[in-house]
Amino acid sequence: MWDSAMILMLAKETGITLYMTLVSTILAYVIGLPMGILLVITAKDGLKPNAVVYKILDVVVNVVRSIPFLILLMLLIPFTRFVVGKSYGATATIVPLTMAAAPFIARLVESSLLEVDRGVVEAAQSMGAGTGTIVWKVLLMEARTSLIVGATIALGTILGYSAMAGAVGGGGLGDVAIRYGYHRYQVDIMAVTVALLIILVQILQWIGTRISKKMDKRITG
Amino acid sequence: METMIQVKDVSKTFVGKENTVEALKGINLEIHRGEIYGIIGMSGAGKSTLVRCLNFLEKPTEGTVIVEGKDLSSLPDKELRLMRTQIAMIFQHFNLLMQRTVLDNICFPLEIVGKKKKEAREKAKELLEIVGLSEKAGAYPAQLSGGQKQRVAIARALATNPKILLCDEATSALDPTTTKSILALLKDINVRYGITIVIITHEMAVVQEICTHVAIIDGGSLAETGTVEEVFARPRSAAAKRLVFQNGGNYEEMKGKHCIRIVFKENSSFEPVIANMVLECKTPVNILLADTKDIGGVAHGQMVLQLPEDKITAGKMITYLKDRRLEVEELDNYVG
Repeated sequence: MWDSAMILMLAKETGITLYMTLVSTILAYVIGLPMGILLVITAKDGLKPNAVVYKILDVVVNVVRSIPFLILLMLLIPFTRFVVGKSYGATATIVPLTMAAAPFIARLVESSLLEVDRGVVEAAQSMGAGTGTIVWKVLLMEARTSLIVGATIALGTILGYSAMAGAVGGGGLGDVAIRYGYHRYQVDIMAVTVALLIILVQILQWIGTRISKKMDKRITG
Repeated sequence: METMIQVKDVSKTFVGKENTVEALKGINLEIHRGEIYGIIGMSGAGKSTLVRCLNFLEKPTEGTVIVEGKDLSSLPDKELRLMRTQIAMIFQHFNLLMQRTVLDNICFPLEIVGKKKKEAREKAKELLEIVGLSEKAGAYPAQLSGGQKQRVAIARALATNPKILLCDEATSALDPTTTKSILALLKDINVRYGITIVIITHEMAVVQEICTHVAIIDGGSLAETGTVEEVFARPRSAAAKRLVFQNGGNYEEMKGKHCIRIVFKENSSFEPVIANMVLECKTPVNILLADTKDIGGVAHGQMVLQLPEDKITAGKMITYLKDRRLEVEELDNYVG
């Protein structure tokens, strides 16, 4: 059973999992990062308070986040079909993955940016900095370690979601685990896929922690 | 002298969920070019709100602030930001960018005004030299002591050649020795560049050390303004008296014992005034308090004496002291 075809298949599916995870994370950041920034600046004590924008974003984020991923996956099938042309396979999975992850990322970004010392923002305002400069050069730069930590968490979560997408023909390691391990009772293959998923998360976590540590200048020495 | 900052009927009310707080009530102030103006008050008096009104980080609920003839409330956002590059500010907790080096921190305000990177770095290096931290250019704020961080903040504040420097409790997080060195640096900057400095503090010692003028703020209102010498020698309001006596024994205990307070200036220290007075009146007095304060580099002594019960002798003593050009204040006026 452990022939080269099997190993090749596992390697290919690992690649697909990584592809889904990375592309979804990037796309989710494209949506989630601006959302997180907007949440921070439109909040009541933010740079440009705007109750309407804040409330809408807040509700959207909460609603999407409270829908279980599997259900969202199915709810989004028509939309996915519209965007990708089909509703199964790795590329199609990217659509619901991105949609599910974006609000989660918005919250991660929001909490990272809120960690930035109010006083530093005030100092920038006292120097005549505009909102754009403050967001870019103060909030994002000062929160960068926290943002990287958040991105690592996001990657791990999205990797987990991508495995879940295997249940509905999403491709990747989750798909393998369900098809071979669950439907065919091949426990050893299930174990191998789980081990691969664990290794992937560990590697991502290790890289994320290293980068964030390297970037953090708040620690002396 | 040319008016630099004019505060006109400024009131600020914070509306909360349960209560509204009147942080400032009808404040009027005038600060002239080149002055080191102290705004002093107990915590919660509204002084931090007041200083934030000077650059419109807080917009007054009523009234306005005029800086160099420009009414800040009339300026559109863009012009207000341009104005702020001329009104620098330093803070109690320094508020440096923790992820930037010292040099890049000083470059930050120059980036905001769109200076070229190379020019900005040149200027930043110059400023680091002025504050005496050239060797720390590549360090990060986390590697600096409190005093060094405040020096970096001062260099950063000076980067855009501001006309005004606002200091919000800038020495409150520092030890006494570091406080002295930071105040000396501020004074040097004031003399060297003619920058008008506004200092917010709760410590009388800071005002005495470098300020030329002082405003005392109490419960959101202005209690008293004047030159530091005036206010120290003749505090009129209760708030001013509290501050002058801040570290001078228990004022309450001296009430009602027929006490007087005398203030000596440098020229009165040649004559043993009290001893001569006792000899002259042939009645002893009780010295309850005596200390010296350094106000703007000039030694000022103050003393609280308990005079004899006998009204005639006491009156004679007061006349004697007044004849020697000493400031005499009868404290028992304030009983009850």
